[in-house]
Parts: sequence; C-alpha cells; structure tokens
Amino acid sequence: MIDWPVTRRSGYRWARRSALILGGGLCAALVPSVAAMTPAHGHESAAAILTGDRDRTGYEAYVVARGGVLPVSTRSALAAHKAAGIPAFARKYGLPCSACHTAWPELNAFGQRFRDNGYQLGNDRDSPIWVNPSYIPFAVRTTPQWRLERTTHQPVDAVPGDPASGTVERTITQSGFDISGADLLMLGTLYKDITFGFVPTVEDGEGVGIEAAFVRFDNLFRSPWANLKFGKFEMDNMLSEKRSLMLSSNGTFYQSYHFVPVGDGTDFGLGDNQIGAEWLGHSANSYTRFSLAVLGGTDGVPGLPSGKTYDGAVTLSQAFDAGRLGLQRVGAYAYAGRRPTVFETTGGEPIGGTGTDNRSFYRVGVVGDFFIGNFELLPLFMHGSDDKDLAGGSQDPTWNSGLLELHYYISPQLILTQRSEIIRMSQQALPATSENLGNIDAFTFGYRWYPIMFSRAGLAFLGELSFTKTIGTVPLSGAGVGLDPLSPDTAVKSTSVLLALDFDF
Amino acid sequence: MSRILWGAWAAGFGLLLSGVEVCAAQTQTETHFGNLTGKAAAGKQEYRRYCVGCHGPAGDGNGENAQWIDPKPRDFTAAVFKCRSTPTGTLPTDEDLYHSVSRGFVTTNMPPWVPLTRQARVNLVAYIKTFSPKWQAQGPGTPITVPPETPATPESILHGRELFQKMECWKCHGPAGHGDGPSASTLTDSKDRPIPPYNFASGSRFKCGETNPDLYRIFMTGLDGTPMPSFADQLQPADAWDLVHFLRTLQPLPTPEAAVWHAWLPTHAGQLKPIGPPEGQ
Repeated sequence: MIDWPVTRRSGYRWARRSALILGGGLCAALVPSVAAMTPAHGHESAAAILTGDRDRTGYEAYVVARGGVLPVSTRSALAAHKAAGIPAFARKYGLPCSACHTAWPELNAFGQRFRDNGYQLGNDRDSPIWVNPSYIPFAVRTTPQWRLERTTHQPVDAVPGDPASGTVERTITQSGFDISGADLLMLGTLYKDITFGFVPTVEDGEGVGIEAAFVRFDNLFRSPWANLKFGKFEMDNMLSEKRSLMLSSNGTFYQSYHFVPVGDGTDFGLGDNQIGAEWLGHSANSYTRFSLAVLGGTDGVPGLPSGKTYDGAVTLSQAFDAGRLGLQRVGAYAYAGRRPTVFETTGGEPIGGTGTDNRSFYRVGVVGDFFIGNFELLPLFMHGSDDKDLAGGSQDPTWNSGLLELHYYISPQLILTQRSEIIRMSQQALPATSENLGNIDAFTFGYRWYPIMFSRAGLAFLGELSFTKTIGTVPLSGAGVGLDPLSPDTAVKSTSVLLALDFDF
Repeated sequence: MSRILWGAWAAGFGLLLSGVEVCAAQTQTETHFGNLTGKAAAGKQEYRRYCVGCHGPAGDGNGENAQWIDPKPRDFTAAVFKCRSTPTGTLPTDEDLYHSVSRGFVTTNMPPWVPLTRQARVNLVAYIKTFSPKWQAQGPGTPITVPPETPATPESILHGRELFQKMECWKCHGPAGHGDGPSASTLTDSKDRPIPPYNFASGSRFKCGETNPDLYRIFMTGLDGTPMPSFADQLQPADAWDLVHFLRTLQPLPTPEAAVWHAWLPTHAGQLKPIGPPEGQ
C-alpha cells in the first residue's frame, strides 16, 4: 500500500504548472483552444472532450492528456448542468411555467410543494392513466450563446510557440459564439406516489452522461413526512445551484458550494449531484421541510472510485407567511464526509474503491429566501473545514463564505438578478501561507426576459456580466488558461459576459 | 475593482427598492377573509402567474390550455360557482372562493393552491370578482346554516337510503353510487357540455370538501351550473344528515358510517329493497 493521494497531492501545484510548460509546442496550440471552450454553462471543456474524461476540469484533463499527474481529487469539476423548468410537467397539467417557477428554473412555493409531493399536484390527475397516451414526459434544454471571457495574470509562453522562451503573465481574452450542452429532462409519474427522474446530458463530440437518475417513493405510510429518493440527484439544497438563474462562466455556480483551499484535494461540491438515498419530509403546504441523506463519497461520480465511507447531509427549512410581503423561508444545512488518503495499488496504480485511512471534512451553513413584494433576497452563509491531511498541511484549513443574491421580478416575464459573494480563509493548512491565499470576491449582474411563457415551452433572453477576483489562484470557473498566477499574492481578475437564448421545450 | 462593484451594487439595490412600491390601482375591488383584505390589483399579478393558462386573460375559461382540459375551466364572467355556502342561484362568499382556491377541485386540473400565502389567495379572490358585474350588482348570498350532525345510526342510514331512492338520486349516481344511473350519460352542464355524476365508489374527495358538513352543504345548496340541484326545499335538516350518512356508506373509505352499516348489514340484508326503478318499470 502506498500513501498515494497525499504523495500526489504534494506535487499537484507543481504538476499543474510544469505539465503545461513541458507540453512543448502542443501547449501553445492546445491551451487556447482548451480555454476558448471553457464552459460558460458549466459543461465539460474541449480537453475533456479530447480525452473522454468527463469528470475533470479542462486543465486537469489536459494535464492527463499530456501525461501529467493529478491528485486523486482536485477542485470540483463545476459540472453545473442545470435542472430546468420542465415543460413536460407543464404540458401534463396545463399550467404556465410561472405557476411553479418564480422564473424558470427557480421554484416558487407552489413548485416546491409539487416537487416535494413527488411531482404530483394532488388533484387525482397525477396517475399516468389520466394522461393523453401521446404524452411523453420529456423536455430538452440548451443555451446558444455569445460570450466573452477575460482573465488576468495568466501564465503563458513569453514567445508564442516557444516554451523555452520562459513564462510570463498576460491577460487572456476570448470571445465568440458558443453552445452549451443539452439536458434531456425526463421526469414523470410511474404510478401514484412513485416517480422517476432521468436526465442525460449531451455534449457535442463527447456523447452522453447521466446528470440524474432516480426513483422516488412519496407519501409512504400516507404521510408527507415520509418520502424516499434513491439514485443520483441534487441534494435538497434550499439555494439550488441547478436552478440558478445565472449562466455565465463565472456566475453560473455558487463559489461557496465548490470552494476548497488552494492545494486541497477534497473532491466535493455542495452543488454537485450526488449518488445515494435521501429521506425527505414536508408539511402539507411544504412550509416545513427537511431531508436526511446518505451519499456515496464520490461526489456523484459513478462507479466505485473512492473508498468505503459514506457522506451524510441534513437540511431543514421553515417558511413563514408574512402577509403582503410574501413567503419568507429560513433554513440550515450540514454536510459531513470523509475521503481516503491511502489506496491499494496494483503495478503502482490505485485500485478504485479500496481507499482507507479516511480524513473528514464538513460544510455547515444557514440560508434564507425572503420576499418584499416582487423583490427576492437570497442570503447564504457557510463555514467549511477540511482535515489537514486532505489539504496537505499541518493544520485543518477553515474558511467562511457568504453570498447575497437579489431578484427583482418586474413581471413574471422579466427579472433582474444580482449576486455578491465573498469567501475568506480563516486558517490555512500551512501556517506560513499568506492568509488571503484563495480568497474570492465574485459579483454577477444580469437579466432574464421571457418573451413567451406558456405551458408548452419556455424561452429566455439573458444577459449577464460577472466578475471574480481570486487571490493567488485560478478562478473556480477555470476561465483563462486555468492556471494559477506565478505569484501567490497576485489577484487574478476574471470577467464573463454572456448573451444567450435559454430555451426549454 | 471591488470598490466600484460594491458601489454599483449599492446603486442597483436602491433602484430596485424604489420599484417595490410601484403598484397601480387598477380596480378597487376588495375581498375580506378573516383579518385579511384582498386587493384585485395585487390579485391580477397572481392571476397572470398562476391562473391565466386555464381561465384565460379575460377570465372566461378560454385559456390556452382550456382546449385540452376536461372538465373545462370555470368561466368567471358567468359568475356561476359550484361550491358555495350560499343558496342556489346566489353568489358565493369571499370565504367560499378562498376555500375553493385553497382546496382545488379533485378530478379536475385545478390543483390545491395552498402553498400560496393567504394574502395571495385573498388577492386572487378579489381579482376573480372583477370579471363579472354581478358582483357589484347583487353581492354574495347569505350562507345557509348547517345544524349539528345527528348520530350515524343504522336507522339514520336506512332512512338516508330510502331518501336516495325516493328523491331519485340513483337516476344519475346509479343504484350503487357508481355514477352510472340511467340518466348519467345525458347530463350536461350550463354550457351544454357533458358532465358525469360523482362516482362514490371512486373514494375521492368531493369537489367541495371532504367532511360531512361539506356533503350536507352540497345537496342543500346544489352545485350551480351542473345538473345537481339544491334539495333545500325538499329536505329537512335531519333528513339531510340521514342522506349524508347513507352516502358515506357508498364510499370505499373507513368512515364511521361505513363501520355502522357493515356491522348491521350482514344480519339484515334480506330486509333491504333494491335501489333503482320501481318494479314493473
């Protein structure tokens, strides 16, 4: 047995940088193309397509393609495939998108209850026997777009095409037309109180992945407090990343959900779909909700690539009817897990599923969803900690993050959005490390306009502008060339502009 | 850059807050439920969000989905409502409409809107009342009184059974309450659309509630716009409760009435006359 992940992790940052430099002439040719396809929609990048490796970020896949090494787990691949408004349900029930969504894909209170009730309205028209035989529970969502990505302090060859010329920092700007992958949304009722969800994702040139696949049993023992979901699914996050209204490269995900300290190899993202089982409960109107989940420690990656431990998650929220102000909801969540640091090997290669010597990590937080008339405020606070052995340091790294997302519903068809988010390290794994290494400031401004909104399909025009500032490290989006700056004190600033058509049919 | 961004954030926040209070008073219609006052102008926003797909922008039941829906959505311009606490031919109270919105209508596409805030539902009721001038002209009726329920005894159930026969309920609802009476296939609503009678064997909730008082209220007020008349002039309160008790035995539910009936029935089944057309007809 070898101390495989830790050994590799110690060389991770060096490997990330040196692999690019050692890539020779291919580097200059390939890196721009990799970066140009850095996902605006969180979809896998060109390098991942080239290597067929769906679970690595663009740069990581590139490193592997070049024969470089990677830690067993790195920053979470921000595979923020989106859940969506599901016109299949709208078609089934004849309701407009706005009945279930504040603005699709974000759920409102009615949509939340519908989801909690196993995608059933409870009017005795839920069973498939009431559905027109020609109806199929299928919808598709994709996003043609024009976008611009600009990232400062990116290490590049001093002379393009000449890796021997040394490395300098430059600002990388890329722009052009693009498309996202497509989500095929299949969710429906198998029988009263038995529902399925199956969401393959299609990537150009890459094939099909499975974003979600689950069966849920609802109202067990005739109680709304007893519902069981089994398979791969998004956890019951009150602030759902899969239902975010923002899609730009730097704005499509919550930084808080995917942040790990620089040098930390914990493969976990609170916004990632996980594989496991979840017990959900809710009151009749879903004002009170809870979930308990037991999840595989693979961050949603199928197969048995990790160890034999399980993660656990708890969520709880309560809504209050505040009269004219609207519905106010507060919630709390906790996620705890362990990751292996030692694997059995064969020929020096680790054997999946044999991980041992586990080390723990956790995330805890509180979240709110407040309305003041047409104005919605979504604050979130989170505290995170990883074991020092996962971070390759001498003490447990800890950090705090907070965000405030604002939505203003001018009408059900026109929404202004804004998000401000900060992450601050409170303790580094290595005491000698600069205390602000890894800190993030992120801002996103946008709008979504739905020129049509009825029960057959949805179309949104969206514009977005997002900024991030990361200290000494690459933006979480992987924008630019996906590399850390040459100095750990450098603030890397990344800007995304997105103009897109988001459609759902 | 951060300072500029924070400044932009503050400016944007102020701009958005200033828009929160923008609410043009399009109509003065109000509703009252408990300590809540519903405003039609606010209800219009809710209506556009939740209701317009079926009931249509004009409230006439011709929303984009109406063609696919059976039974059809309510036409608010006609101001005819099934579920009322008021006598037949009168308008329902605000409370009746509030409960209809909250409860939804079983076996139709109208879901229970209970996740909406109470204020939102009261606002919706206010807006629904803007679709017909009848609301301004005559106002709601006076709710009927529902007297205390009588005990559910075998005698009460038997009397209810006799009333079911005598008042010819079986002609629509069928001898066993399966909704398959001889007239069932001929029934139409006030817009001449076919409408099936309630099938007690389905075990589903009644359209206008699920309790015994709800059932009592249904046949004392009638379901306006449907062939189900009001029996307020034919039934005394005690008779109406007897009929309630009998109808409960037709449902495949563990009701107290069913327990009484099934305890009595095995030893007395031979005494029962069949329900249906009189012999010789």
